[in-house]
Amino acid sequence: MPKRVLLGVLLACGLTASALAQEPKTGGAINAVIQPEPPGLMLAMLQNGPVQMVSGNIFEGLLRYSPKLEPQPELAESWSVSEDAKTYTFKLRKGVTWHDGKPFTAADVLFSIEMLKQTHARARNNLAQVDKVEAPDDYTVVFTLKQPFGPFLGIFEVGSMPMVPKHLYEGTDWKTNPYNNAPVGTGPFMFKEWQKGSFIRLVKNPNYHEKGKPYLDEIYWQIIPDAAARSVAFETGKIDVLPGGSVENFDVPRLSKLKDACVTGAGWEFFSPLAWLWLNNRQGPLADKRVRQAVMYAIDRDFAKDVIWNGLGKVATGPSASTIKYYTDDVPKYPYDPAKAKALLKEAGYKGEKIRLLPLAYGETWQRWGEAVKQNLQDVGMNIETIATDVAGGNQKIGDWDYDIAFTYLYQYGDPALGVGRNYVSSAIAKGQVFNNVEGYSNPEIDKLFADGALATPDSKRKELYEKAQKILVEDVPVAWMLELQFPTITRCKVKNLITTGIGVNDGFKDAWLDK
Amino acid sequence: MKQFWKSMLKSPSGVVGLIILLLAISVAVFGPLLFPNSPWRMVQRPFLPPFTLSTVPLGTDALGRDVFAGMIFGARVSLLVGLVSTLVALIVGMPIGAMAGYFGGKVDDALMRFTEFFQTIPSFALAIVLVAILQPSIYSIVASIAVVSWPPVARLVRGEVLSLRSREYVQAAIVTGQSNTWIILREILPNALSPVIVLASLMVATAILLESSLAFLGLGDPNLISWGYMVGAGRTVIRQAWWITVFPGVAILISVLGLNLIGEGLNDALNPRLSREGR
Repeated sequence: MPKRVLLGVLLACGLTASALAQEPKTGGAINAVIQPEPPGLMLAMLQNGPVQMVSGNIFEGLLRYSPKLEPQPELAESWSVSEDAKTYTFKLRKGVTWHDGKPFTAADVLFSIEMLKQTHARARNNLAQVDKVEAPDDYTVVFTLKQPFGPFLGIFEVGSMPMVPKHLYEGTDWKTNPYNNAPVGTGPFMFKEWQKGSFIRLVKNPNYHEKGKPYLDEIYWQIIPDAAARSVAFETGKIDVLPGGSVENFDVPRLSKLKDACVTGAGWEFFSPLAWLWLNNRQGPLADKRVRQAVMYAIDRDFAKDVIWNGLGKVATGPSASTIKYYTDDVPKYPYDPAKAKALLKEAGYKGEKIRLLPLAYGETWQRWGEAVKQNLQDVGMNIETIATDVAGGNQKIGDWDYDIAFTYLYQYGDPALGVGRNYVSSAIAKGQVFNNVEGYSNPEIDKLFADGALATPDSKRKELYEKAQKILVEDVPVAWMLELQFPTITRCKVKNLITTGIGVNDGFKDAWLDK
Repeated sequence: MKQFWKSMLKSPSGVVGLIILLLAISVAVFGPLLFPNSPWRMVQRPFLPPFTLSTVPLGTDALGRDVFAGMIFGARVSLLVGLVSTLVALIVGMPIGAMAGYFGGKVDDALMRFTEFFQTIPSFALAIVLVAILQPSIYSIVASIAVVSWPPVARLVRGEVLSLRSREYVQAAIVTGQSNTWIILREILPNALSPVIVLASLMVATAILLESSLAFLGLGDPNLISWGYMVGAGRTVIRQAWWITVFPGVAILISVLGLNLIGEGLNDALNPRLSREGR
């Protein structure tokens, strides 16, 4: 038996090696699942996960990022940084056209930036340090910063800064522009049709600026609302690609064992989704730090990882995922310790006040997780009432701060200045939003550490500041960090080269090809 | 009364139904005493098949929760919702039907159009919409089931009252100057009750099914375990773990069957024509 296993491994290695050596073949259509159905496809105005997954193939950003988060050329073919780290010059690729044939130039970049500042909350935040943007000629864009901003080269990915066609949007009402329903980008695939509730069809862009790409003729994003039906669709061969999170976790091992299924956890490095519980720091028992710490001790996060997430992911130690720059695990630890949680609750004088828990309405896994956390908290004597809502209702309650504990998971975007600080600094408290500082935590020291950290040079100085911030946050428990999530992408093995960047499926189909 | 029990016990389906109902009620009432732990508690490893451990005889679900405990606690929710929502539906439906039948004319027209308004909307769709709007909780579920199930009661009572209204003893009561309320309550309704009782037993069964369907779709009370919730939660893993869905499903089947049998037995016992033939 061991011999056969060894042989299998050798064969598998041999196969991968030969697959890598293979020349990409052109042609063919891929069926991928999109879950849930996106509300629209205009990436400059909608930033939900599914929107980006589909539109990342229609639109492009100036840069892409490797799995190690190094910048790679996309619409910009090269870039340079001035000595004082305040001027960034991008040289745009020549000969790029929009899907309607008009050329893509620096004017489009300037327009996109102006538009995104109004329609894209995160882009606005990312661009806060930009003093001015200029286009000396059609193929050069120069960003001048107010002060050096360490993570600046990390904000140009398609979801963070998609390029929008100026000639179709300038002077129109963006919200009602007809091209929102049939988006025009520069990407490798063009929007073709959208049968609501059934599928979204993208077709190859024959004039794509990278010669020979894309290899595929078509992508069908199939909309299948039921998780079990999605698994079955993959098993029966109707679906070739299950992007991360589109099937229930307990189905992953079964689907992975299928003969022609390939699984990878790669492609989420840029996002590094981290799940946590918003704890409402403003009111009720959770305003007390000791009660928040009790929540951390009370919840069995290893159980959540092993049982609910089928062993995928990692127990979070604090506000940064371990893949993010300047991460440190030298912070206070919160192992599963119900006795300690009870003691802390007693010390804080908690007397069974009702605490409302909002689970995330993203399907079975999150529902089960909500039930498990509720039970954990009840076991240490907390009086938990689960509030049932749909996604929109949950967002509304969180945005109105009308909750005590609420599930969420957010992307981290590679750098603490982009994806971490926003959740804890007091300047990011605003009613109506479901990300940034929803918990209402406010600590001048943390504000200062994140403000300084974003601008400090060199790297060692930033590291020092961010490590300090992590220690303070983990001690204060503004939110209860749960897991670093891992969303395995399951594909048919004949789909090659799908995930080549740290952005994964979200901009992946340009290099993908089908081995027939 | 004695006569009623005699004929009820003579009908085999009625006896079987009664036994099932008594069993279900005693499980709902006394079961939780035997299982002091919450059915939400994770007690064993997940997906433990049934009949492997005596502590969890029916196995565990996706989180390692005891399926047997869930069924015991689920009986409580299912029966409670079934009985209470039927009661509410009767309280709403009977007066409307009685008034429509007794007063006739414009009152009848108005009340029946109102009833038809509810009858034209598919009841399950209306229940879903109501629960979704009111936020799922045990109260909104009971209320929405009651809202969709009172119209048949109203129509049935109206028909009965209509036929009783022209009887001589009612006419006599009117002539002696008794008040309308008195006549409806004392003279007419008691005689219209038998078909309503039969209908009510079937309504309890329907209400249990409705609650299960709502919970199956994720519209159950998130703080209470119910059979429908268990089936819904286990549905996605049915190929790995059939027992999570099958046991509560069977529980729903049996209790609904039991209530239907009771309905049949009641019908036999209460229908004067049938019971006379039996003698």
